Amino acid sequence: MDKIKRQPTGAAAIPGKDYLSVNPYFPLRTRRQPSKGWAWPKFRELWEYRELLFFFVWRDIKVRYKQTILGAAWAIIQPFFTMVVFSLFFGRLAKVPSDGLPYPVFSYAALVPWTFFATALTQASDSLVVSANMVKKIYFPRLTLPIATVLAGVVDFALAFVVLLAMMLFYGLAPTIKVLWLPLFLLLALITSLGVSLWLSAMNVQFRDVHYTVPFLTQAWLFATPIAYPSSLLSEPWRTLYGLNPMAGVVEGFRWALLGTNTAPGPMTIVSAVVALALFVGGAFYFRRMEQNFADVL
Amino acid sequence: MSKIAIEVAGLGKEYHIGGPQKSYYRLTDQLADMVVAPFRRAAKLLRGQASSAAELDETIWAIKDISFQINTGEVVGIIGRNGAGKSTLLKILSGISDPTQGYADLYGRIGSLLEVGTGFHPELTGRENIFLYGAILGMRRAEIDRKLDEIVAFAEIDKFLDTPVKHYSSGMYVRLAFSVAAHLEPEILLVDEVLAVGDMAFQRKCLGKMDNVAQEGRTVVFVSHNMGLLQQLCERGIFLQQGAVHTDGTIAEAIDAYLQTLEQAKMLDLSQRTDRKGLGKVRLIGADVTNGSSAILRTGHPARFVFQVNAHIPGMACNFNVYDTIGQPVTSFQSRVRGPEDSSDPGNGLKFVCELDELLLLPGRYRVDVAIIGDNRLQDFIEAATVFEVGEGQVRGRPVQPDGKFSVSMSHRWTLPGDR
Repeated sequence: MDKIKRQPTGAAAIPGKDYLSVNPYFPLRTRRQPSKGWAWPKFRELWEYRELLFFFVWRDIKVRYKQTILGAAWAIIQPFFTMVVFSLFFGRLAKVPSDGLPYPVFSYAALVPWTFFATALTQASDSLVVSANMVKKIYFPRLTLPIATVLAGVVDFALAFVVLLAMMLFYGLAPTIKVLWLPLFLLLALITSLGVSLWLSAMNVQFRDVHYTVPFLTQAWLFATPIAYPSSLLSEPWRTLYGLNPMAGVVEGFRWALLGTNTAPGPMTIVSAVVALALFVGGAFYFRRMEQNFADVL
Repeated sequence: MSKIAIEVAGLGKEYHIGGPQKSYYRLTDQLADMVVAPFRRAAKLLRGQASSAAELDETIWAIKDISFQINTGEVVGIIGRNGAGKSTLLKILSGISDPTQGYADLYGRIGSLLEVGTGFHPELTGRENIFLYGAILGMRRAEIDRKLDEIVAFAEIDKFLDTPVKHYSSGMYVRLAFSVAAHLEPEILLVDEVLAVGDMAFQRKCLGKMDNVAQEGRTVVFVSHNMGLLQQLCERGIFLQQGAVHTDGTIAEAIDAYLQTLEQAKMLDLSQRTDRKGLGKVRLIGADVTNGSSAILRTGHPARFVFQVNAHIPGMACNFNVYDTIGQPVTSFQSRVRGPEDSSDPGNGLKFVCELDELLLLPGRYRVDVAIIGDNRLQDFIEAATVFEVGEGQVRGRPVQPDGKFSVSMSHRWTLPGDR
């Protein structure tokens, strides 16, 4: 699509200088030409439109629970009730081990990042299709749509997280110094969510089957992630292999940083991080390749 | 010497339509195609037919080999019939969709306005939407902050600024959207038929704003069907026909060429024409204007419009609009709005007949756009379904002279001061 070449016209190019589009002396040249195959994702353009990204995030947050009775309480209800169900069936009835922790805290600590991921996935995969009208009539970086949808989920995450802190207080569990690692796992959750969302949103434009697949995908992924059970059920090397599911690394990292389980970052976390990065980079390239057709296909 | 603002070279856009390869298809279709396609191709080869990608894939060139240059500060009108490629061209220039071949270079900040109000969120207030829509169009937050009062004043919605836009009337909605877009100050402005919104007073205001933009030395590319508007705003015109540049010259030259081809299109049998809109359950297959007895129409004499369709569906109605030579709308007729003298005649065949006792148009050429409505939906719409010429005549005995400027005459009576 448009390769933005930041080159001054009518004057000798000054290497290494970045000319903003508003500079009247060196008008930006924008070229519209057929795109060929794979190209670099347009992160630079995304940066230029960071204000738009901010407004989309803000819009999504504002609108998310409009016309609901319970409003933002939904952000807590979803993971909380899943925790209650898990505690009854897996904790009480099936007596699933929980790394020596009270089962409710054990599962809820995992459900908080998981809900963030699952919501991001579900909403972001539809983000382009829902905004089809806009995509067909206005040019703006398409990346902003799925990314903003994912970022808007951070507010829900924060709300659910407060409940987690309250539960820890209730069970008399104090976080240790390890909690400083938490932002890193948050970042991992964010990268994983963004990566998967980029893939699914771009795919959904061409194949609406994605829309119907996502509920199954999240359900299967939920049980493929150590949420209702601990990953300590597996022995090495299977545990490291488990890291291929990046959410496994996120969830166990969360538990370790907050609750002090014996799932300290190790080979599994590294595998998860590598997979998450690969998903994200691959997703960005796939999105870039598909986005040239969005307006024609939607 | 003026600088180039837009350079378009050999631009083309191919769309996939119909055929075995749909524009978007399910994964299962794609898999099935992968299995079936080789056999189909082999079968064709056996039958001795050449195999090429083209037969598997029906495509159409919306625009092809378009080249032109626009200098900084030029205001250019793009004209053409439905499906001539105007919108495709604007979409490529604004970056919404990619060309298939060639390139277009644009120098400067680009603002495009292809549809007013897409991007508004109904749940957000007017103020919030100003910021959101502004950001979507590429405005900086500081810029919107600075222009907020101006935008609100222009849209005349100050009382409702903090009301969610879902409670706005459609007029307010459009006014606000246009107002935000109008305050975008790009170096290159691409505008599609967006002025056909709002009430007359607001339209005039928008026009004034557009004129200002042009006066300030910005480059404007403007698509419209309203020739009068284009003549008012643009110096230069590019007339597109079937995806190619037909005429590139002054706006008057372009409009002339456009109107000529509209008239030539009339020569074509209506049922052969493809530049039509609507669902198509009913098609207009004939349109004619006569003077009842003779073929020559005259001012003040009777006239008879006959529109033949190819089918009958419930609730069918016919609307037609009459335009003068420069495309200014003159008058319109609607069969759905009933009068006491209206009747239906099953013996008449599939014809709408509209009779006028006195044709009150001044001598000149007029074109008729016809819409057929049925099932509450637009079934068919043809621009310039017919063109007719009105000769000199008399209105109630008063001679009527041709006039380059006006189109309508009315029967009237004077009382003069007596010369005692």
